[in-house]
Amino acid sequence: MIQDWQTQLVQLVLVLVLAPLLSGVTRKIKSRLLRRRGPSVFQPYRDILKLIRKETVIADNASWLFRTTPYVIFATTWLAAALIPTFAAGLAFSAAADVIVIVALLGTARFFLALAGLDIGTSFGGIGSSREMMFASLAEPAMLLVVFTVSLFAGSTQLSSISAHMTGPAVGLNISLALALVALVIVAIAENARIPVDNPATHLELTMVHEAMILEYSGRHLALIEAAASMKLLLYVSLVACIFTPWGTTVAGSDALAYFIGLGAYALKLLAFGFALVLFETAIAKMRVFRVPEFLSVALMLGLLGAILLFISRVP
Amino acid sequence: MGRIMVGISISIVAPFLLNQIAAYGVGILLLLAALAILVCRRPFGSRFIYGACALVCSALVGAALCALLAPGAGLDAVEIPIGVPLGRTWLALDPLSAAFAVIVNLTTAIVSFYAIGHGTHAAEPQRVVPFYPAFVAAMNIVLLAQDAFSFLVGWEIMSLASWALVVSEDRSASNRRAGIVYLIMATGGAMTLLLAFGILAGPEGGYTFDAMRQAAAFKPGAIVLALALIGAGSKAGLVPLHAWLPLAHPAAPSHVSALMSGVMTKVAVYGFIRIVFDLSGPPSWWWSIPVLIVAAITAILGVLYALMEHDLKRLLAYHTVENIGIIFIGLGLALAFEASGFAVAAALALIAAIFHVFNHSLFKSLLFLGAGAVLSATGERDMECMGGLIHRMPVTAFAFLMGCIAISALPPFNGFVSEWLTFQAILMSPQLPQWIPRLLVPAVGATLACSAALAAACFVKAFGSTFLGRPRAPSAAAAKETDRWSLGAMLLLAALCLGAGVLPGFVIDSLAGVSNLLVGAQLAAQSDQPWLRIAPIDPARSAYNGLLVFSMIVIAAGLTALIVRRFASHGLRRAPAWDCGFPDPSPVTQYSSSSFAQPIRRVFGSVVFRAREHVTMPRAGDTGKAKLQLNLHDTLWEALYDPVIRFVNTAADRLNGFQFLTIRKYLMLVFAALVLLLVIIGTWR
Repeated sequence: MIQDWQTQLVQLVLVLVLAPLLSGVTRKIKSRLLRRRGPSVFQPYRDILKLIRKETVIADNASWLFRTTPYVIFATTWLAAALIPTFAAGLAFSAAADVIVIVALLGTARFFLALAGLDIGTSFGGIGSSREMMFASLAEPAMLLVVFTVSLFAGSTQLSSISAHMTGPAVGLNISLALALVALVIVAIAENARIPVDNPATHLELTMVHEAMILEYSGRHLALIEAAASMKLLLYVSLVACIFTPWGTTVAGSDALAYFIGLGAYALKLLAFGFALVLFETAIAKMRVFRVPEFLSVALMLGLLGAILLFISRVP
Repeated sequence: MGRIMVGISISIVAPFLLNQIAAYGVGILLLLAALAILVCRRPFGSRFIYGACALVCSALVGAALCALLAPGAGLDAVEIPIGVPLGRTWLALDPLSAAFAVIVNLTTAIVSFYAIGHGTHAAEPQRVVPFYPAFVAAMNIVLLAQDAFSFLVGWEIMSLASWALVVSEDRSASNRRAGIVYLIMATGGAMTLLLAFGILAGPEGGYTFDAMRQAAAFKPGAIVLALALIGAGSKAGLVPLHAWLPLAHPAAPSHVSALMSGVMTKVAVYGFIRIVFDLSGPPSWWWSIPVLIVAAITAILGVLYALMEHDLKRLLAYHTVENIGIIFIGLGLALAFEASGFAVAAALALIAAIFHVFNHSLFKSLLFLGAGAVLSATGERDMECMGGLIHRMPVTAFAFLMGCIAISALPPFNGFVSEWLTFQAILMSPQLPQWIPRLLVPAVGATLACSAALAAACFVKAFGSTFLGRPRAPSAAAAKETDRWSLGAMLLLAALCLGAGVLPGFVIDSLAGVSNLLVGAQLAAQSDQPWLRIAPIDPARSAYNGLLVFSMIVIAAGLTALIVRRFASHGLRRAPAWDCGFPDPSPVTQYSSSSFAQPIRRVFGSVVFRAREHVTMPRAGDTGKAKLQLNLHDTLWEALYDPVIRFVNTAADRLNGFQFLTIRKYLMLVFAALVLLLVIIGTWR
C-alpha cells in the first residue's frame, strides 16, 4: 500500500519532469535527420522557464474561462499521464481510473482548449477550435475502439491488468492487436498535432489547428499549455509502450534494483518510440485538412475491425 | 450513512403510508391546477402556484426515496374509488415507479423553483400556469399507476397538458405547426400503447398490472415489443418518430421545455421499461436487435441534427433525441443479457440506462433553464445573434458550462459515469451466445463513442457561440443577468450533476431494487468498495473513482496555481486581441455557430443531410459581395413524413367532392353502404 503511493508520487513527478525532455529529444533527432544542428535537448525547459518569467498579455475581452483554462488543461493532462504505468505497475490510482477515464480526461482538456479558442472571438481561434473538434469526433471513437479491443483481449479495462496480461504467456501474435496498434499510432499522431495531421513547428498558416487555438495565450498561461502538450506526447508514447511493449516494467512489490531496471527500460522505450515518430514525420508530407478525416477514419475502421474480430472469435 | 438516514425517515413515516402520501401529492397537484385558474393572473398567484408545486414535488421525492430504499415498502396499492368507469384506480410505488418518481419529481421541484422567478415573465400566464401542475400531476399518475386504465389516462392528460403548454405562445406559425404535429404524434403513440395493453391483458381483460404479470398464457411478445417501441418511443423521441420533438419542446416556455425534454421523455422511457421488462414476461434474445439498431441510429442522428442547428433550444431538443438513443442502447443490452441468462450483466446494462435517465433529466433541465435565461435576457433563440454573454451573465454562463461538460460525458461529471457503465456493459457482451448481437454490439459501441465525441463538439459550439466571443447583436450586448430564483435553481442542478458524478456509488446502490425487480439480479454493493469507488463487476476488471479524479484535478490545478503564483511573473496586462496582427473590428468576422460546424458538416453531413455548399465569387476587380449558399435537407422528414402528408392531402382533396352531393346521392350512398355491409355479414356467416 505504502509502496503504491510512493510509486504513484514518483510517477507524478516523473511525467512532469520527463515530458519536456521527450519533446526536446524528438526535436533534436528531427533536426539531425534534416541535417541541421538543432537546439539543445533541454531547450523546452528553457522555453517554459522563459515564458513563466514573462509578463502575461491577455486580450481586452478575455473572460474568466480564458484565464482558468490553462490550469484545467494542465491538471487533467497531468493526472491522465500519471495514471499510465510507465516504469512500474501497481500505481495507487490505477484502481481509481481505467483507460476509458484516461481518454475522457484528455477529452476534458480538449473541450476547455477549444472553448478558450472561441473566447476572444477571433477568426483564428474559431478555425482551430472547429477543426480540433472535427478531428476529435473521429479520433476519440477510434481511441475507444482500440481500448475495447485491448480490454476484451485482457478481460479488463485497468491498464495495470492489461499490461500484466500482455507480459503473460497467453499472448502471441494476434491480428486484432496488430490492428489496434496501427489505429492507436494514427490516433496518437493526430492527437499530438504531429505531421501529417498538423505541424507543431508552424505558425501563421491556414492549415494550423492546435497553434491557432492557443494564439492569444502568452506568458505563464502559454507555459502551462506547452507543458501540457509535451505531457500529452509523453502520455501517448507511454500508453503504446505500456500496452504493446510491457517488458521490463517493474511489478508491484519488487526491490529497488528492479525499479532501476524499470526506469532504464522506460527510458529506452521512450527513445525508441520518439525516434520512430520522428522518422515517420520526416518521411511524410503534411496532409490537406480535409484529408485528415479519411486518415482518421482508417483508424476508426481498423479499431472496429479489431473489436469485431475479437467479438466473433470468442466462443463462449 | 444512507441506511441510517433512511432508517430515520422510515421510523417517522411508516412504509404503508408512502403510497398514500404519493396519492395525496398527486391530488394536491390537481387541486393546484384548478386553483391556478383563479389566481394565475396576479404575479403573486403564479409564484404561489409554482412554489406549491416545488414543495409538493419535494415531498413526493421524499416519499419515493423512502419507497426505493426501504425493502418491503409500497406493497399495498392505494385504491381510489373514483377511477375510470370499468375499473378502479390503483396507485403504488414499487421500486421501478419509485426510482422514476425520484428522478421526475427531483427535477420538477428544481424547475418549479426556477419558474418562481422565470414564470412571471410570461405574457399570458393564464395560458401557462394552470396547465403546469396538471402536467406534473399527470406524469406522476403515469408513474404511480398499477393498472393500464390509470396509466393511459395519466398518459393522455400528460400529452394534452403539455400540448396546451406548447401552443401557449400561438402567435407564431411555427408554434402552431409544432402543436399540430405534436398532437398527431401523441395521439398515435397513445393508440399503440392502448393496443399493447389490450394484448397484454389477454381475453380475460385483467387490466391491473398484477393480472398482466400472472396471465402467462398467450403473449405475442413481438407485437407488444413493436407497439411499445412505437408508443413509448414516439413520446421519448426515437428516430424516426422524433419529428415532433425538436418542434414542440422549444416552442413551450423555457421551464416547460425543461420539463418536457428532461422529464416527460423519461416518463416515456418508464413506459417502455414497464411494458417490455416487467409486463411481457421473459424476453426472447432477438428482442434486443431492433432496440439496439433503433437506439444506435437515434444516438448518432440526434447529435448530427443538433450540430446542424443554430437555434439554441432546438439544438438542446435534438440532444434529447441523442440521449434517448444512449438510454435505449443500455436497455437493448439489458434485454440481450437477460434473455441469455446473464443476470448480473443485465443488471449492469439496466442500471447504466436508468443512471443515464437520471443524469439526463438533471443536465438537460439545467441546459434548458440556461437557454431560458438567455432567451429572456436577449429575446433571442438564434445563436448567430448571441455572443459574449459570459461577461453579461457570468453565473448563468457558469451553470450552463457545467451542464455542457456533463452532457458531453466528460469526467468528473455525471454524464461520464453512465456512459462508462454502458461501455462496461458493452465489454461484457462477447459472452452472448448468439452471433447477431455479437456482431452488432461492437458497431453499437462505435456509434456510442462517436456520438459522445460529436456531442462534445456540439456543446463547444453551443457554449462558444452563445457565451464566448464578442456580441453579434445589440440585444446580446445589452443582456442582463437573470433573477435569483432562476440562478439558484440552475446552480443547484449543476451541483447535483457534479455530485452524481463524484459519488456514483450511492446512485447505483439505490437502484438495486429496480434491477432485482426487473432482471432478478443486482450489482455488488458499491458502498462496500474502498475510497467510494465504483466497481460494477470486479475491481480487477474495471473501477472508477469519481471522487478521487475530481479531487486530484482540483489538487493538481490548485497546486499548479500556487506554484505559478509563487514563482512566475505576476505581470498581467490587458491589450487588444493579437489575432496574428490583424484583429477584425467587426464581430461578424468571428466564427459563428454554422461556421464552427462546417468541417463536421462536410465530413458527416454530405451524406446524411445532402449538404451542399455553393460559393459565388465576384470576378477579379469586381467589388460585389461574395456569396456562400448552403443547402441542407432533412432527409428523414422528406423520406418518411412528406409522402404521408402528400397522401393525406390528396385523399382529402379527392374526398372533398362528397361534401357537395344532392340529397338523392347521399341517400343512395347510405343505401349502398347498407347493402355492402349486409353482404359482408352474409358471407361471413
